[in-house]
Amino acid sequence: MVKTTLTDVVPGRSVRVTAVSGSGRITQRLLEMGIIPGVSLKVVKSAPFGDPIEVRLRGYSLAMRRSEAAAVEVA
Amino acid sequence: MADRQHITVALAGNPNAGKTTLFNALTGLKQKVANYPGVTVERKSGPWTLNGHAADLIDLPGLYSLDATSLDEHIARDIITGERPEVPRPNAVVAVVDATNLERNLYLVTQLFEFGVPVVVALTMIDQFEKQKHQIDVEMLSALLKTPVVAVNAKTGRGIDELAEKVNDVIGTTPEVPYVFDETREDGPHGKIFARYQFISNAVQESVWHSDHDKHRLSEKIDRVLTHRFFGLVILVAILLVVFQTIFSWATLPMDLLESGFGALSEATKSALPEGILADLIADGIIAGVGGVVVFLPQILLLFLFISLLEDSGYMARAAFLLDKLMSRIGLHGKAFLPLISSFACAIPGIMATRTIESRRDRFATILIAPFMSCSARLPVYTLMIGAFFGGQYVMGFISVGALLMLAMYAIGIIVAIAVAFVLKRTVLKAPPPPFLMELPPYRLPNLRTVVQNMLTRAWLFLKRAGTVILAISIILWALMYFPRQGLESGVLSPEQEQTQSLRSEVLSPEQEKEGSAQDSRLNTSDSGQTQDSLQLKRSFAGRLGHAIEPVIEPLGFDWKIGVALIASFAAREVLVSTLSIIYNVGRDANEESETLISAIRDEKKDDGTPVWTPLTALTLMVFFVLAMQCMSTLAVVRRETNSWTWPIFMFAYMTVIAYIAALLTYQGGKLLGFG
Repeated sequence: MVKTTLTDVVPGRSVRVTAVSGSGRITQRLLEMGIIPGVSLKVVKSAPFGDPIEVRLRGYSLAMRRSEAAAVEVA
Repeated sequence: MADRQHITVALAGNPNAGKTTLFNALTGLKQKVANYPGVTVERKSGPWTLNGHAADLIDLPGLYSLDATSLDEHIARDIITGERPEVPRPNAVVAVVDATNLERNLYLVTQLFEFGVPVVVALTMIDQFEKQKHQIDVEMLSALLKTPVVAVNAKTGRGIDELAEKVNDVIGTTPEVPYVFDETREDGPHGKIFARYQFISNAVQESVWHSDHDKHRLSEKIDRVLTHRFFGLVILVAILLVVFQTIFSWATLPMDLLESGFGALSEATKSALPEGILADLIADGIIAGVGGVVVFLPQILLLFLFISLLEDSGYMARAAFLLDKLMSRIGLHGKAFLPLISSFACAIPGIMATRTIESRRDRFATILIAPFMSCSARLPVYTLMIGAFFGGQYVMGFISVGALLMLAMYAIGIIVAIAVAFVLKRTVLKAPPPPFLMELPPYRLPNLRTVVQNMLTRAWLFLKRAGTVILAISIILWALMYFPRQGLESGVLSPEQEQTQSLRSEVLSPEQEKEGSAQDSRLNTSDSGQTQDSLQLKRSFAGRLGHAIEPVIEPLGFDWKIGVALIASFAAREVLVSTLSIIYNVGRDANEESETLISAIRDEKKDDGTPVWTPLTALTLMVFFVLAMQCMSTLAVVRRETNSWTWPIFMFAYMTVIAYIAALLTYQGGKLLGFG
């Protein structure tokens, strides 16, 4: 089964993070910003040219490129 | 107990947590700003009184984590662990925590505990938080964190004294890490991060009451418009137009005042000092050279005012969000957009504005292409060339050739900048695309004091440090045009006469040409029809350089006289016009609209009787001016902002090479096509 990532989420929907894949710097940064398994977040919108996207979690807003969002698995 | 004589306290916190406002409130106006040795991260420190004892408060860069993935984090970590020799290891850390964004902000605090440094938490934005009918049990939070927590408000002064008291209390103690982390857990390499957040979630749940994170409601509404797919872009363009229009129109008056002020100062120096080399050096070398740079101060102040306002309000992050996709196509960061737009006014504030870009390589790439944006100093050159050769010409009956050429020059700059950025990011500045993880902070009213202080600090840095390098280069350039003094025409001048007629090389002070002395020029005209000024120039080192580079510039259609003007204009582009005026003997009051200079250029003949200047020569010169690095002030700022000589030298070299090749193609191509 194909894993669902943040890039697949339609703006306006809320999801729960199940895993953050990878082990590099970007993964570490995502985790440090609070995107850890179990946290729920909402995809707010994408920028005019489709990238980056804005998500809201833990009471704040975070913008990230789709390439980063692809590492975040959600359910 | 630590040595009471040397208490150092560090201020740490997330970006947008209210750190700068608190820092300003604690230290007042006595703060010092410098760069950390070896890096361009700004280093601020100031005095803070703790229980009657003097302490040094140092401001760490805004950061999310201490795991040293970025330069800022690395520096902060080094300071906390005492590994930066120029900063003593802090006796305590004040952790600035945004109450409205508690969970993420506390993450940094948990890391501070692990470093074993005493921590006092300063809770900011508490008033906003309470206004939203949320409550926070400060005592409970303090008990859970096992460290003092103080609610502060920099504006009203709430909690400021208590903060000093608590910091004084914790100095010398060892903090307790309020959670257990089991290294052997199965959570893998990130187990530590999970453990920290686990602890934070529990602490926040127990000490904070709110039904919903609704503080974003207002921001969300604003964002529906400002980051809208279509209207967001329209508004962005409108904001930029207003900003630049304002910078240009508001800055004109103070700039004119500064120009005439420096002109008057220069004149006053000349009349106060006995005529001779000293007066000339001070008036034409130092005052004119430094003055030529200081006149940009009003533009810089205004630009930084707007940048501060846009940044503090939270809009800048939205602009980067809107444009990141476009900018990343050419390998730049979304945040590079504003600095590049600023560079159309002047590259110096544009380059200083790149400080908002965290990635060093992205920042340097932006700095390196900023001077291709056609700044206002190119306008006199375009105006002169178009006036002399393309004035009053139209295509299709109504489109002005001059306007088309002007537009073409701006376009050439932009196209080359894009191409260079593309190449740089794939060669010398090659790096994996930096993570674009950017907080979109809630919209806030900017703190006026922070904005003004920010503006003044930057302006002072500009004056102080750019000024020292510029002073040195000004003197060198002045000397090149002033020496040697011997061998003036036929040697019939007595030393007194020579002194009276001594060259007041005003190449660095266009403002003086306007007021300057047409009268002097006529007096100085010798039998051969040349002014002493142009004779002096011919025989000066600069003049000899002009002859020396003639073989190099000949393929561009330039003679030695244009060569002298080119060399002089490497200091600043506007200098071209005044140098040509001296060379072509039209009096130093000539400016770009001067009919005499225009006709002198049209009439100038080579030895074989053919004209030196053709429309093609003029076009070639314009192309050269769009692309060449002819601004010592910019180089000085690049030197400072990159903290190395390598980048300004590289910038100078590659831009000059590109300019030369482009000019060569223009001239030779034009000749092949039968022009000129």
